[in-house]
Amino acid sequence: MSPSILVADDEPNIVISLEYLLKREGYRVLIARDGQEALDTIRREQPDLVLLDVMMPKKTGFEVCQEVRSHETLQSTRILMLTAKGRDTDVAKGLALGADAYMTKPFATRELVEKVAEILGRKA
Amino acid sequence: MRLDRRLVLAIAVIGLATLIWLLLTIGLIASTLEAEQRALIAEQLAPRLVLIGLTWLFGLFVIATTLRWLFRRYASAPARLLEQTQVLLAASKAAPMNHKGTRETQALAQSIFQLASQRDELRQDMAAQIAQASQSVQQEKNRLAALMAELTQSVVVCNLDGRILLYNNRARLQFKALSQTPTLADGAELIGIGRSIYAVFDRQLVAHALESIQQRLSRGAGNPSAQFVTTTQAGQLLKVQMAPVRDTAGAGNDVTGFVLMLDNVTRAFEEEHLRDQLLHALTEGSRASLANIQAAVDMLAYPDLDDAMRERFLGVVREELGSMSQRLKDMTAREAQGLKARWPMEEILGADVLLAAKRRIEGRSKRSVTLDNPDASIWMRVDSFSLTQALDYLALRLVDEFDIKFFRLRLQRQGNRAQLDLIWSGQAMSTETVMSWEMDAMRFGAESTPLTVRDVVERHGGEMWFERERVRHEAFFRFLLPLVGEQDQFEAAQLELGEGRPEFYDFDLFQSTDQTQALEDRLLAELTYTVFDTETTGLNPSEGDQIIQIGATRCVNGKVLRHESFEQLVDPGRLIPAATIPIHGITQDMVQGKPRIAEVLPSFHAFASDTVLVAHNAAFDMRFLQLQEKATGVVFSQPVLDTLLLSAVVHPNQESHRLEAIAERFNITVLGRHTALGDALVTAEVWLRLIPLLQEMGITTLRQAREAAQKTYFARLKY
Repeated sequence: MSPSILVADDEPNIVISLEYLLKREGYRVLIARDGQEALDTIRREQPDLVLLDVMMPKKTGFEVCQEVRSHETLQSTRILMLTAKGRDTDVAKGLALGADAYMTKPFATRELVEKVAEILGRKA
Repeated sequence: MRLDRRLVLAIAVIGLATLIWLLLTIGLIASTLEAEQRALIAEQLAPRLVLIGLTWLFGLFVIATTLRWLFRRYASAPARLLEQTQVLLAASKAAPMNHKGTRETQALAQSIFQLASQRDELRQDMAAQIAQASQSVQQEKNRLAALMAELTQSVVVCNLDGRILLYNNRARLQFKALSQTPTLADGAELIGIGRSIYAVFDRQLVAHALESIQQRLSRGAGNPSAQFVTTTQAGQLLKVQMAPVRDTAGAGNDVTGFVLMLDNVTRAFEEEHLRDQLLHALTEGSRASLANIQAAVDMLAYPDLDDAMRERFLGVVREELGSMSQRLKDMTAREAQGLKARWPMEEILGADVLLAAKRRIEGRSKRSVTLDNPDASIWMRVDSFSLTQALDYLALRLVDEFDIKFFRLRLQRQGNRAQLDLIWSGQAMSTETVMSWEMDAMRFGAESTPLTVRDVVERHGGEMWFERERVRHEAFFRFLLPLVGEQDQFEAAQLELGEGRPEFYDFDLFQSTDQTQALEDRLLAELTYTVFDTETTGLNPSEGDQIIQIGATRCVNGKVLRHESFEQLVDPGRLIPAATIPIHGITQDMVQGKPRIAEVLPSFHAFASDTVLVAHNAAFDMRFLQLQEKATGVVFSQPVLDTLLLSAVVHPNQESHRLEAIAERFNITVLGRHTALGDALVTAEVWLRLIPLLQEMGITTLRQAREAAQKTYFARLKY
């Protein structure tokens, strides 16, 4: 079965592109519109990778990341944080809370695809 | 004639000595003779013994007379000289002694007079030197005061106990903004000579800063200073820089006080915050949008995209572009409102800028400039030098190239900006020509600057353009310039007023320290006083008469601090009897809309805190204040002194102790009598003159003054 990826972002304008892109690359794509929904989906579907936006309603990406890392059963879930926060302090915080990688918006989709493959490939 | 006892004694001794000599002679002669010869001589002499006694007496008389003459000449002359010398000693200026005596004593008198004259010269010299020194000290003080008054930075100097020795006008205005009741006490309840700085700043905060300075001083740092930022009760953000005042006369490193330089950074901080927000919104907001666009564009590049998907990605790009443009537009608007240019601007009355520009243009171009009745209420935040330079330069080009004869300057308020026009009439000219001038470096003959008119405009965050009014055959350059905000305008206007050079310092307080002894035992000359007076609707507070005005001033270190006064009309909440209006001159209209006594008393209480209250016939004013205690909860528990009673202590034989009568006795010029503040000022002057008179009577402490006043009070009651 192809790896599954959850795209968690409250902006439909990025979700539409990421969904199209990742489906093209042959992944199974799940969508969440806020932090709570993202957490629920992760628990239910246990995706291989989460593309996690930081600034989301209900729960921030940081909070979601922290909760995922505190669950024994979800340890294998990989997290790639995507954020508009460009400060190095935010990058440090994201990685400290357990993200596997961090990308700052805007980014080239090609790089994203490479990064995703790298993370999932390493796992595999 | 009185005989000197020493003379009598001397004569007696001589008389006795001659008598003994005579008897010895007779005895000696007798011992050499035979018995018969002795009997023969005794027989011969016996009847003539009286004769011998007489010659002895005569001899004694001659000796006595000579002695007396000698005594008068040589012994009493020095005594007279002594008396005359004593007169000289006591005299403030030596007069020549008219001494009659021997040659020696006359010479002595002459020398003594010379010595006294030398003493007088020395005294004069000393007095002149002291006068000169104190004059130069006074001059230095005046210079310092002038410097302080002109400084646009607020400065407060305190001694180690936190008592304020000096502050400048700017500091006063700043403290006024910090006051919680700025309209009532004028901030004077916070800042004042002799007041404690800890009413404004946390004692710990100041102590901490002082400690860090002292530590650095002890490590040998040259000019240590400390900084702290604090919020005040009124919610303002103050940046405070502290520098030590060192005792240069002493060992070197003793700190005797500190200087505080205050900066109200509330607005700067808000601006900074706004700038941050804008920057933040610009970067992070744009990042998300850019990411969305980039991702969509990347998708659009796939050749196998179907039309429906293509349209959706294009929609994303359009929407994000639209939102980015909107964001930029919003931000530009906010920036224009909130962010001022970084160039240091002065707050200046618009009319003054016009006048300066008029003088400059008329001086250089020899053309007449008229001012269109300028609005005197417009305050601008501009760099007036470069602005007048720009106006001058444009006028110069117009004169040189188009031979313009007359100019007009016009200033109007346009929304939240000032609109300044340089107007002329005459031949038509092309917009391109005149607008090209704004990019030229300004040149005035030989003198040139690298600045262009455009630079000047941008420095102000303003704009400038050229416009024509065809109907009136006029054209003008219009400048849009920043206005001063309301609060700043108030401050600027206050600074402009600068009524003379206020007495904002008293360095003698450097010596005074917080006394541990009770207030009662402190010296009258050392205490701080609040001298006050009230005007009332009548004489019977218990029958509903009310205070309609309170006036007060402060006395510190033997000086009346006129600039630290309190004056407030009070709405009595009842009609002012017409009969009393001629006395106090306060009409119903004047108290309309003024605060009620319950609002005013807390303010006055704060103004009078830490001081001794003084009033003329204090019992009357105090009764009015005490009757309000229950309603307002404000209790005046300070000691109270009454100038009426104390005047009776000093001048018990005078008939009248009315304020006018006392003022006349002390030769005090009375201005503005029968306003509360006017009377308070007169009372303060009276009190300062009473202190030394009380001291002469041995009344030096507060306790003694109160006891003395009580005695007269009872004495008068019995009468």
